[in-house]
Amino acid sequence: MSEHIVKSYEQELSTLDSKISQMGGLAEQLVGEAFDSLASHNPTRAQATVASDATIDLLHRELEEQVIMMIARRQPLANDLRQVISVLKVAGELERVGDLAKNVAKRAQTVSGETHPKGLLTGLQHMTELASRQLKDVLDAFAARDAERAMVVWRKDENLDAVYNSVFRELLTYMMEDPRNIGLCSHLLFVAKNLERIGDHTTNIAETVNYMTRGTMPEGERPKSDITSSTLVSGPLR
Amino acid sequence: MDMRPDPLVMMTSSVQDQAPKPVKVAAKNVNVYYGAKQALKDVSVDIPVKAVTAFIGPSGCGKSTFLRCINRMNDTVASCRVEGLIQIDGKDIYDPALDPVQLRARVGMVFQKPNPFPKSIYDNVAYGPRIHGLSRSKAELDEIVEHSLRKASLWEEVKDRLKDSGTGLSGGQQQRLCIARTIAINPEIILMDEPCSALDPIATARIEELMAELRSNFTIIIVTHSMQQAARVSQRTAFFHLGILVEKGETSQIFTNPTDKRTQDYITGRFG
Repeated sequence: MSEHIVKSYEQELSTLDSKISQMGGLAEQLVGEAFDSLASHNPTRAQATVASDATIDLLHRELEEQVIMMIARRQPLANDLRQVISVLKVAGELERVGDLAKNVAKRAQTVSGETHPKGLLTGLQHMTELASRQLKDVLDAFAARDAERAMVVWRKDENLDAVYNSVFRELLTYMMEDPRNIGLCSHLLFVAKNLERIGDHTTNIAETVNYMTRGTMPEGERPKSDITSSTLVSGPLR
Repeated sequence: MDMRPDPLVMMTSSVQDQAPKPVKVAAKNVNVYYGAKQALKDVSVDIPVKAVTAFIGPSGCGKSTFLRCINRMNDTVASCRVEGLIQIDGKDIYDPALDPVQLRARVGMVFQKPNPFPKSIYDNVAYGPRIHGLSRSKAELDEIVEHSLRKASLWEEVKDRLKDSGTGLSGGQQQRLCIARTIAINPEIILMDEPCSALDPIATARIEELMAELRSNFTIIIVTHSMQQAARVSQRTAFFHLGILVEKGETSQIFTNPTDKRTQDYITGRFG
């Protein structure tokens, strides 16, 4: 890509990209730390994770302001227009990812004193790993302007849905086995839901990367396999 | 081919605007030379009827040259030679049997710098209808003048001083007077060569509003250096570079997702 005649415009556009990569890096880190604080029963660590979401929010606001100024000043067109609009959308998605990770950390604080049945967090750990890898891949695709790579992420969200389904059923079973698990497992259900939502925001970013590079929206429906809305585990009647 | 309706059209226009329009001006393999220098290379394009088509491109790219072929203004340049076919409603406008004066009555033109005649506002507008014998009486001529000035959204501002000189008006008013003068002879096509480049934003907005109204009756072709103006006023855009028509298409596509790298570099300000 040749450079803009106006150098400051070129710099502004590259600042947008570096802020997205900064936001994305923080969001990735937050997702991992939120789960670690849950797994390690460490309320102090959870609290630090909650606090660091503020940095993502700040970057989001800065990006919004910068995009508004650029639209007013430069009236971007073609690929520049698509980049500026995409940055605005991706920043919004990353801000939501930050919020969801923060919510996981808050719940980690709440349940830090509870004893977990052995193996209870295995499914959630798997979800965290999948969600983090998806997020990392989509951000790499954004930086590299690689629509094909973004669409791989888009299609792979199905895997995260599948793990979510099994975690959902597993947690329901624990609750039915022993009502004393209900408090803890309700929180863990929300944690699982948050991780599943992070996957959805990641696919939104993937669609935006596709638009930014190709100028079109992806064709067809995204493969989905979250069936928890229609899942019910029935216990024996008493 | 993406058949989804254009979002901009959905936002601003009626259903009838979405149907493909018949071709008003068709150019096929047009080559233009000024002496030995070739100014246009093998240009082929269809201009739809009753729509605004924008020609964009850097200075010297040939867009004004092409515009001037459509009313044979280039005939007046001694060294200029035009090859290829240009048709209006399917008829070759370079047919030797065709009278260029009659052609120019059908194809009006508005220039970059407002150029009213040093005559009264009334006479500026009445001039064309008089020489073309379009009115039989003074009352009929009055009607044409009023109608044209109203169409050009100038009537309210000048109706009490029609005898004042046209050159005494502001720049924006002068340009609208020139548009009134152009539409007084009821042309089919209006060519506009950077009509707003000498105007302030308010006067520019008035001309753009006028173009939006006029396109329901006239076929308009505008040459502009303002990308935003082309994006705002036109339905189709053609990008010229070094005498070549690089890319043509729906305006909404050209400005969000052009297919040619040269178009992209030009409209985003990247030409080195």
